[in-house]
Amino acid sequence: MNAETRLAAQLASSRVGALAAMKGVFARDMKVAFRQRQDLLNPLLFFIMVVTLFPLGVSPEVSFLSQAGAGILWVAALLSVLLSLDHLFRHDFDDGTLEQLVLQPQPLFLLILAKTTAHWMLTGLPLVILAPVLGVMVHLDGNSIAVLCLTLLIGTPVLSLIGAIGAALTLGLRSAGVLLSLLIIPLYIPVLIFGTGTVAAAAEGASVGAYLALMGAFLVLALTLAPFAAAAALKISLSNG
Amino acid sequence: MWQIFHKLGSPKWFFGISTRFMPWLLAGGVLLLMAGVVWGLAFAPKDYLQGNSYRIIFIHVPTAFMAQSVYIMMASAALVTLVWRMKLADVFVKAVAPVGLVLTFLALFTGSVWGKPTWGTWWIWDARLTSMLILLFLYGGVIALDRAINDEKSAARAVAVLVVVGVVNIPIIKYSVDWWNTLHQPATFKLTEKPSMPAEMWVPLLLSVLGLYLIFGWLACVRMQTEILSREQRTRWVKEFVLKGRV
Amino acid sequence: MAFDSFSAFIAMEGHGPYVWACYAVFFVLMAVLMAGSLRSRKAMVESCRRGYEFQADKSKVASAPASSASFARVNVSQD
Repeated sequence: MNAETRLAAQLASSRVGALAAMKGVFARDMKVAFRQRQDLLNPLLFFIMVVTLFPLGVSPEVSFLSQAGAGILWVAALLSVLLSLDHLFRHDFDDGTLEQLVLQPQPLFLLILAKTTAHWMLTGLPLVILAPVLGVMVHLDGNSIAVLCLTLLIGTPVLSLIGAIGAALTLGLRSAGVLLSLLIIPLYIPVLIFGTGTVAAAAEGASVGAYLALMGAFLVLALTLAPFAAAAALKISLSNG
Repeated sequence: MWQIFHKLGSPKWFFGISTRFMPWLLAGGVLLLMAGVVWGLAFAPKDYLQGNSYRIIFIHVPTAFMAQSVYIMMASAALVTLVWRMKLADVFVKAVAPVGLVLTFLALFTGSVWGKPTWGTWWIWDARLTSMLILLFLYGGVIALDRAINDEKSAARAVAVLVVVGVVNIPIIKYSVDWWNTLHQPATFKLTEKPSMPAEMWVPLLLSVLGLYLIFGWLACVRMQTEILSREQRTRWVKEFVLKGRV
Repeated sequence: MAFDSFSAFIAMEGHGPYVWACYAVFFVLMAVLMAGSLRSRKAMVESCRRGYEFQADKSKVASAPASSASFARVNVSQD
């Protein structure tokens, strides 16, 4: 019995509580991801490479980089989250696990929340951890790096949550990757604006508490609404056949 | 009440009633739009600040206004699709999305051309233009998703989810773009906000907005009818309508 | 009339090209959109009609020998 069918059987057979089901889905996603470590590394490598392009393509001047650095890091992080979204449901869709999840008695949006959390732990969180190193490389000062990491910490879960909707909508379509970007990038714009805006405000010496609170509000909004939309989208995509 | 609701959702009923209204929508729309445009172009007084370039307002504001209201209408219809699975609602969303895209493009184009004599440059990252650009992306996404899904029913429902997600985001996008704009460049010159516009200016503007609204109604009817014919061609009533030349 | 002459109306004190370009693009695009919508509607009606006529011919052929079973499509109303 492989991990997928075992999970489905576990969830269905006993009266598993919603929380336990979420834990199961989360643990399984982590386990599967760590079995294919290259998939974990790819978005990170992509992140580093995109950031590298800017000094090469625009200017290696300290003045330019320290001014544009936060924006460059945010755009690169956004793109690498976007790149990794295709994997969020794809693997489970191909081997049929997803259909099992939809059929479970536990509410689907909670299971999606668990999957999205796992996705963020595997892509968003490593980006946040990597950001200070790249921040130093683009000559951001210490205070800006700290604020940047905070905004990424609050912002990347929003990216994963909104992205889950797009990934669910484009599941099983031809050229899903490009389509996913088209659908999702407009929705990412507010997060990008406030992410980089907060760092800019910090660089000018303004207090950033209000901006961070606003980003926190985005996160709460995404946490409460996005799983429902993704669940609806997932059901539609699966009924597509 | 529910019977009316049901009737509203019936493609056959819609087909009959829209065929009756369409000529009036078209005639009224063209008439009002032309009246507004001619008045605005030739008879409205010159703007003391911007000179004659402000006359672009008589098509810029109608297209920008319609671009936004079409998305709101689509979102309402999408909600109806998701909750009641009404056939007509998703026909509306599908038929109207390309119209919204064209209107948004026109609003952007006219705004940018207007920018040249007023700001001295074709494009400025002004809050309004940027929001419009994002709206254009949203329309593009809706159309792309609809084209990508072959199955009609799941296409309609997937698009409905996307449109509703988009409309939840529109105020957030608008707010954040406004904030971003004040952060990067304090607003120096506003295109359309005037403390008081003389009646010779806002009456033609109102006429052209109304005219474009009616033309949009006509376009929506024509495109919805096409979509209905394509979806329902196996039904008896479509066959009757087509063979008796009632279309 | 806000202008003294027709040429002043066209020139719009130097702003003419901008104003007229906007109006031209607006009317051309709207006309294309409207004509295109009308044309695709007409094409759809035409293709429906052809489909029904084809169907009618086929069922005529199929029902000609009275003894043989007819496989003509039965239209089921779905409205």
